[in-house]
Amino acid sequence: MLEFLADHSAIAALLKVFFLLMAFVMPLASLSTWAERRQSAMMQDRLGPNRAEITIPGLGWTLRLWGITHFVADALKMAFKEDLVPSKVDRVLYGIAPIMAIAPVLITFAIVPFGSDLCVGKMTEIITSLEGCRRTIPLQVVRLDIGMLFYFALASLAVYGTTLAGWSSYNKWSLLGGLRASSQMMSYEVTMGLSLMGAFLYYGTLEPNAMVLAQGDNPLNWGLFYQPLGFILFLTAAIAETKRAPFDLPEGEPELIGYFVEYSGMRFGIFFLAEFIETIFLAAIVTTVFLGGWHVPGLHEDGFSFLKLPHIAVVLLRSAVWGGKILFLCWLQLLIRWTLPRFRPDQLMRMGWKQLLPLSLLNIVLTAAWVLWRSAH
Amino acid sequence: MAASHAEKTHAAPAAPQGGGPRKGTVAVRVVGRPDSLEQRIYLPEVVKGLGVTAKHFFANLFSRKYTVTVEYPEQKVKYPPRNRGLHRLMHREDGEVRCVACMLCPTVCPAHCITIVPEETGNGNEKRPKVFEIDELRCVVCGLCVEACPCDAIRMDTGEHATAVDFRADAILGKLDLLKRGAASTAVQGGVGGDWRAKADKTRDETP
Ligand code: SF4
Ligand code: SF4
Repeated sequence: MLEFLADHSAIAALLKVFFLLMAFVMPLASLSTWAERRQSAMMQDRLGPNRAEITIPGLGWTLRLWGITHFVADALKMAFKEDLVPSKVDRVLYGIAPIMAIAPVLITFAIVPFGSDLCVGKMTEIITSLEGCRRTIPLQVVRLDIGMLFYFALASLAVYGTTLAGWSSYNKWSLLGGLRASSQMMSYEVTMGLSLMGAFLYYGTLEPNAMVLAQGDNPLNWGLFYQPLGFILFLTAAIAETKRAPFDLPEGEPELIGYFVEYSGMRFGIFFLAEFIETIFLAAIVTTVFLGGWHVPGLHEDGFSFLKLPHIAVVLLRSAVWGGKILFLCWLQLLIRWTLPRFRPDQLMRMGWKQLLPLSLLNIVLTAAWVLWRSAH
Repeated sequence: MAASHAEKTHAAPAAPQGGGPRKGTVAVRVVGRPDSLEQRIYLPEVVKGLGVTAKHFFANLFSRKYTVTVEYPEQKVKYPPRNRGLHRLMHREDGEVRCVACMLCPTVCPAHCITIVPEETGNGNEKRPKVFEIDELRCVVCGLCVEACPCDAIRMDTGEHATAVDFRADAILGKLDLLKRGAASTAVQGGVGGDWRAKADKTRDETP
């Protein structure tokens, strides 16, 4: 089975896409819709939605599970809601806008390494390195040398989704929301790219899995400690990219509902979901670049120094810890989203161009000087 | 990442001179925007804020320490004793309705939602309601009927809300509904105690 997959990388890639999206990203995104409401409630000393429950028919058992099934109820509601299309919209653009919003984020997941390479044929053995492996299956959908550039290229496409939605809706508020979204996303993309430049210099690569390998299993070598400024800048700019509070001007409820005012039913649901998928993707990128990716502190290729583990256990443990890091970062983003108030548009622009951008340039210069100094010694 | 206020100088209007406010002006206390370096960098303040919200999150997650939510249908807030709920009609010692159909409550009711049809009790000295209906949909819960009643016959101390009904007609409470919620009143009927019938002045019954 694994040999077959190792030989047919296209089929393996399809399986990986299926696993990553259907078993991880989509469930997590749907859960986030519930987690956001529940977490915000708990931060505000409320309880939040905890009443959706499943009743098992014959037995009369009721599973409450803290209301987790709310996301199922929400999805059902979205799916059965009337799909209202205003009469004056540009039907083609109106139709493709949600797809343009969700497709880029889903595609960019291709470059995220969600586990270390599988060594086919030695799954149950204890191996010290992957050197001796004849065939390996990377736990990453595609391994592109331009890795992070691919991400930037696609991430900048996501702005089309919001701008087109605002433009095609034939509604002034949507249009304003779309314009705000495009100006904000373009401004912060600059910082986002430049803030990772330091990390590229430090790792000497653009390929995500190589970055993870470069960080190793010692947490003190992770990017966070070598690029603290880059980390903060990237996190800020990337949260601005996801258009969530404190950067949620494109959908500021008090003044304009947002670029998706005219959308209803599942079309709106897609915008909603896209936002959560973006937060998960942001978590994945931050994990990869700054938090050691799938590395577990102290876990070498052959297990911990005090406990040797077979290869398959090592790989599974790494993937599990990778998932844990993502969950933590999603939690952190929700915490930020429900703590900070929204910026004013002028504050947003000033912060983007006058503060974050010079700081990210400074970060590049400092990192470059340090890399130069290190190579000279 | 300083917020924008950091770049502004405070050209605040001069504070009123000589201590207290000048005659005819409003006292204005000028409060400068907080702009220590730490606050202008913004990030330490963000971390502090996240600390506060995270503290609440975990405290509520593990022990509901600060949670104020009352999970309504299962838990209810106890109403204060003077809360005005659904009406009820009180009983006499012998279980009869206390109301003497004096018509004070339908008269005072601003919503005109009390309907009383009086009838003779048969012993010649008092009346009682044959029909006593309150339209709870029209009632504005003002409590004037309770205040007007001279014999503690109508009360609103049930602590019940006007409950949801399927048909409007179901919201009109009749005499029996109102008596069902009732109880014997401790007030003394006629001011002469429980054996008032025995003590009653029989001479009035006899026509000269
Ligand atoms: S509470 Fe007010 S409105 Fe309601 S029945 Fe009594 S007097 Fe009428
Ligand atoms: S005021 Fe009291 S006694 Fe008079 S009609 Fe109303 S309930 Fe009856």
